[in-house]
Amino acid sequence: MKMERLVLGACSAIALSLAGAAGAETLTIATVNNGDMIRMQKLADDFTSKNPDITLDWVVMEENVLRQKVTTDIATKGGQYDVMTIGTYEVPIWAKQNWLVPLDNLGTDYAVNDILPAIRKGLSVDGKLYAAPFYGESSMTMYRKDLFQKAGITMPDAPSWSFVADAARKITDKSKELYGICLRGKAGWGENMAFLTAMGNSFGARWFDESWKAQFDQPEWKKTLSFYVDLMKDAGPPGASSNGFNENLALFQSGKCAMWIDATVAASFVTDPKESKVADQVGFALAPDTGLGKRSNWLWSWALAIPASTNKQASAEKFIAWATGKNYIDLVASKEGWANVPPGTRTSLYENPKYVEAAPFANMTLQSIRQADPENPTVKPVPYVGVQFVAIPEFQGIGTAVGQQFAAALAGQASVDQALKNAQQITERTMAKSGYPKK
Amino acid sequence: MATLHTRSVARAMMAPSVLLLLAWMAVPLAMTLYFSFVRYNLLMPGSLEWIGFLNYSFFLTDPAFGTALVNTLRLVGGVLLITVVGGTFLAILLDQPFFGQGIVRILTIAPFFVMPTVSALVWKNMLMHPVYGLFAWLARTFGLQPLDWLASVPLFSVTLIVAWQWLPFATLILLTALQSLDEEQKEAAQMDGARAPSLFFYIVLPHLARAITVVVLIETIFLLSVFAEILVTTNGGPGYDSTNLTYLVYAQALLQFDVGGASAGGIVAVILANIVAIFLVRLIGKNLET
Amino acid sequence: MARAVSTRRMLVLTAIGWTIGLVLFFPIVWTILTSFKTEGEAIASPPSFLFFNWTLENYAEVQSRSNYLKHVMNSVVISLGSTALALAIAIPAAWAMAFSPTRHTKDVLMWMLSTKMLPPVGVLIPIYLMFRDTGLLDTRLGLVIVMTLINLPIVVWMLYTYFKEIPADILEAARMDGASLRNEILFVLAPMAVPGIASTVLLNIILAWNEAFWTLNLTAANAAPLTAFIASYSSPEGLFWAKLSAASTLAIAPILIMGWFSQKQLVRGLTFGAVK
Repeated sequence: MKMERLVLGACSAIALSLAGAAGAETLTIATVNNGDMIRMQKLADDFTSKNPDITLDWVVMEENVLRQKVTTDIATKGGQYDVMTIGTYEVPIWAKQNWLVPLDNLGTDYAVNDILPAIRKGLSVDGKLYAAPFYGESSMTMYRKDLFQKAGITMPDAPSWSFVADAARKITDKSKELYGICLRGKAGWGENMAFLTAMGNSFGARWFDESWKAQFDQPEWKKTLSFYVDLMKDAGPPGASSNGFNENLALFQSGKCAMWIDATVAASFVTDPKESKVADQVGFALAPDTGLGKRSNWLWSWALAIPASTNKQASAEKFIAWATGKNYIDLVASKEGWANVPPGTRTSLYENPKYVEAAPFANMTLQSIRQADPENPTVKPVPYVGVQFVAIPEFQGIGTAVGQQFAAALAGQASVDQALKNAQQITERTMAKSGYPKK
Repeated sequence: MATLHTRSVARAMMAPSVLLLLAWMAVPLAMTLYFSFVRYNLLMPGSLEWIGFLNYSFFLTDPAFGTALVNTLRLVGGVLLITVVGGTFLAILLDQPFFGQGIVRILTIAPFFVMPTVSALVWKNMLMHPVYGLFAWLARTFGLQPLDWLASVPLFSVTLIVAWQWLPFATLILLTALQSLDEEQKEAAQMDGARAPSLFFYIVLPHLARAITVVVLIETIFLLSVFAEILVTTNGGPGYDSTNLTYLVYAQALLQFDVGGASAGGIVAVILANIVAIFLVRLIGKNLET
Repeated sequence: MARAVSTRRMLVLTAIGWTIGLVLFFPIVWTILTSFKTEGEAIASPPSFLFFNWTLENYAEVQSRSNYLKHVMNSVVISLGSTALALAIAIPAAWAMAFSPTRHTKDVLMWMLSTKMLPPVGVLIPIYLMFRDTGLLDTRLGLVIVMTLINLPIVVWMLYTYFKEIPADILEAARMDGASLRNEILFVLAPMAVPGIASTVLLNIILAWNEAFWTLNLTAANAAPLTAFIASYSSPEGLFWAKLSAASTLAIAPILIMGWFSQKQLVRGLTFGAVK
């Protein structure tokens, strides 16, 4: 009967799949589906042709899904992955648990000292590097030179928030779907909270005081959030509370935003004439400040790390040395042009005249990265590490819940005061449950 | 005499599925129950410290809990309302002969085959997006201000997406029930001069009662744990506006990696789901009797 | 006499029917159309419906980035395998419940259905730990087992409702004739139950095919089905509407085609059983 054949077929298929492949060593690499990583996947033939005894299996996923999967796996020692792509948020937490293999065997020509100091510091614990940066980013102001010229405004290299707000309001013309400023509004610790935490730093706000008490009831946060909500109401696009990095990128590329303060890696997308309608009109400036000594720029790096649960450490090290080494940058440059190499990891790249010429944003990117200090992120002292995040395990949950409150304020469904009150309550509750303040 | 024998055979035949489900229920449930009483965060390994009902009290006093409970019920209720009413209407429509009836029927049931993640992504990015979405374009064409669906009416938007996926299911079940309605019965009623509304209320609707029960029961089971659609579109926000219980448990489990808290949330959700189930069975269980 | 009005009525019904059908189907058409656009055209406003430069570049991109066939194979094996396994376990149970019901049959059924109400996220960690210890992580076998257990309650319940419609007298007669239990099932029950079983099979395949929590969280590279394939195209970076549409079209095409071909069967099976 049909059914019987079906069962038989299913069984034999299962048996086949269980048999698996033998022989060459297979590395399972978990990575994010950002453009630079997809390019790495496409160029991986270069690695496998040099290392014929290693084959690569890719798990490429959207950031949040990937984070769930690798965190579950590493915390339960599931051992499904040999190389993981993680960020500056995970590295300090995971390294402390001894879940990661320190990367001291990347080979002699790897030139560890060439890695930008701020990035290297963000990926090291006690001076040991636990993840090799694939690309690094800070945030900066991207603006439309043509629109600024038309409005008769000149963007300084280091603008203040009040200048940015005035310019945004002046340029906005909602009837023509032209918005003065596009900022992240979509709730998430890596979305609106990355931006707002960094923005808060420039207003002197902080997540916790030295004894881990939540600070959302302080005037600095109120100033930050009111400023942001008012500005977005006057000069932001509709639906801002669902806009993350990507949505804003699309808005900016299609010419609907005059300013956008976001990740430095976006610079290569907005200046790419294949993707962007405004490619030749984009100018760059530092992220704004309020004169308190801190700018609202963050620091992030996607980096490759080896989980302690793998038994293919040697091969994994070879792969990481290939993907984050200097030769990989040359490889991308030769195939795709200098503007497309993964930015923000190596000093030598910013000293390379070919790159500086091809990437008009190189200088601003470097300055922004250099200015970020994960250990002293804001004006007042803090007990935590991280510019736009707090490197404690609880942060993902709190950050996203607080992000929801701020998104509600942006969407006009809650007042700024109400949102801050809820944020304070959420943070205090979770911290209390985890036993803070500690000692 | 045979009954005794048959009964033991019957028991033996039921055994595999009952035992498997018991194991599937019991083992993770026991582990979850245990985890719900200890401090266990995946990111902070160490000894599992017994903390009594702390996880429960934190979950139940979560400011989002009440909203999530209400949202869960509103989501289930809203989708049920749309799918049952819409499904009945569609079923009656598709039961009438018209040109291309077969093709229309296929078009109508197609949404059921689309993965929840895919349909959520499509609705969010290509239909409801306030700038690029088709709805926004339609609104602008008619000179209206485009609605920012997922920010202004988040729960309604999610309800709409989920209802779109489940409408075909309701339609199919109701259509098949309708097709078994006795033609003679209808004609007899028409002979008696019954008009369309009374025909519908006195003949058709009672006949559909059992099918509607089936729809409500099966859909409720799936709708109580709607999750992918929320994660993809609104992330439970803005605020808690579209957070349901499953999403709240998710935030504990996969954002905070607080296994203890998530386990407590899971247990609470199971208890609540079972209350709903008992309620449902009481309410409509009679309809299932033949 | 009733036929006299029919032409006008038919036209009106045709108009209403097609309008509703097309509206409901529209999101799918829109996805398919978008998959043939460039990324720029995909977000263009006003949108173009048919008159754009049709391109296959998104499909080429998807093809070069992921192994579509591997994911399809995994989806097929997992949904068919779990359906077969669920049937093998559920048929005897449903048979017993339908033909030798006891006082507790209804309770057992309800209890089975209630197992479906456990929110998956709540038990992810326990299951993950069990899978790690049994070596089932990222294997098709593991997913077949999970999918079987997840859908078993629905399968048992549907089969039960179908079987109950089979007149017990026929079985009685067969038994009188001295048929063994095996023959009873094989030659008497099976032919009558086929439509019901078929529609259960179809429903179960659809549910297993579309399940996106366990399939995503318990797999890595080897056993990842189409749900994982989709997860790599919703990108937080760069334009992705067209590529996502292409991937979505590829992901739903097999099940959509299967569904269309078996649509009649599904309807017939449902008529026969659950709702009569």
